[in-house]
Amino acid sequence: MWTWIHKLGSPPHFYRISARLTPWFSWAALLLIVAGAYGGLYVAPADYQQLDGFRIIYVHVPSASLSLFIYVNMALAAAVGLIWRIKLAHAVAAACAPIGASFTFLALATGSIWAKPMWGTWWVWDARLTSELVLLFLYFGYMALRAAIDDDTRADRASALLAIIGVINVPIIKYSVEWWNTLHQPATISKMGKPSMDFDMLVWLLVMLAGFMCFFAAILLTRVRAEVLLRSRGQKWLRNTVEGS
Amino acid sequence: MDIPGLGTAFWLQVKRDLQLAFRHMGQLANPLMFFIMVTTLFPLALNPMPKLLEAIAPGVVWVAALLASLLAAEGLFRQDVDDGTMEQLALSPQPLALMLLAKTAAHWLITGLPLVIMSPIVAYALFLPRGAVPTTMAALALATPILSLVGGAMAALTVGLRRGGGLLSLLILPIVMPVLIFGARATDMAMTGMDPVGALYLLAALLLLAMSLTPFAMAAAMRISLD
Repeated sequence: MWTWIHKLGSPPHFYRISARLTPWFSWAALLLIVAGAYGGLYVAPADYQQLDGFRIIYVHVPSASLSLFIYVNMALAAAVGLIWRIKLAHAVAAACAPIGASFTFLALATGSIWAKPMWGTWWVWDARLTSELVLLFLYFGYMALRAAIDDDTRADRASALLAIIGVINVPIIKYSVEWWNTLHQPATISKMGKPSMDFDMLVWLLVMLAGFMCFFAAILLTRVRAEVLLRSRGQKWLRNTVEGS
Repeated sequence: MDIPGLGTAFWLQVKRDLQLAFRHMGQLANPLMFFIMVTTLFPLALNPMPKLLEAIAPGVVWVAALLASLLAAEGLFRQDVDDGTMEQLALSPQPLALMLLAKTAAHWLITGLPLVIMSPIVAYALFLPRGAVPTTMAALALATPILSLVGGAMAALTVGLRRGGGLLSLLILPIVMPVLIFGARATDMAMTGMDPVGALYLLAALLLLAMSLTPFAMAAAMRISLD
């Protein structure tokens, strides 16, 4: 078990394994997302209040939960890289950031598209939307710091520390924003997600979520492979692998 | 030679930084001037009606304090890193976290405390009700050390970079957003006659958290930057 994990930390080994895993995740993602989209858009019954408008949650909720999941993932990878000095873990953290930022943006965009017909405006200073926006800023800060440092190892370690500081702050930001929101606005809105969902609706949401997870895994593996290629350029194993195949 | 104890080293460091700061009085006043000038901009840009100013006063005071501390964080470690003092601190037998905490404490005394002391005047200029002033001062006294500590950790991360300024604000602002929320809400609650003690407790809790964690983050960041 441990040797398997140790082996995974070596770039050549990871490069080989990820090449085999990526198609599996990609096909699983495609199948699950197509099935989930079909189920969510045609099979699931319309909401009694929001009618068909609620169907955007099949994109909104998976991207919102992934945006947070990826941030925690990034911080974990960063911590592993910082503590055990595994270069590959840093590559994973670096690859997570743009994906996470994209999902955060997607969650914000679908949220405001949903808000237009439901609440009448594109943007409301709702607790969830606001903390999602702050999360987007955290991603931007991470990517900006990484981009500002030229030296690879220093960029890795500095941004890893930033990700860890950020992940400690995420719950504080979330609860402070919620507290601010309940004080400021009467609880007229933001009922979304909370009420118990009908099973017919929920099951497609879970399918969609699994599909998004597989999609994330496939994209992550591809990005980390690209990162490994970039970092190991000029190394012997890479030449052997590329020329051998 | 005897190695000074931790407490002695801490006070010596604070004293040194204060002495250095008092020899450059001009730089000392910059964040304070900035704080006052930003608050002056609002009556000029908006309408100087007392009613309107009173309504926006809590937000203006807190945003201005946040921006002033952002400006101050920039110069926290730069000089010491440039002239090699920081390398000596990193090599010294005392833990780097403690020394950086001492530097941040001195920094707060120079840039944070004046904001707290000046805040009643700014509050008066913005027609903040008298009753809300003590709460605002207490909240600022709790919040400005947090801003200094978080600013210190981020300044340590970016100190080696040539183009630090814009980046630093991008790193600090999302992290300190809860401080702004609790602080402005404390002022707001005192204005509307509610009991602001809950918000103050939350600020105090954040201060304790920042004091216990950020020195280590600062030290780790500084070691990465010095590499």
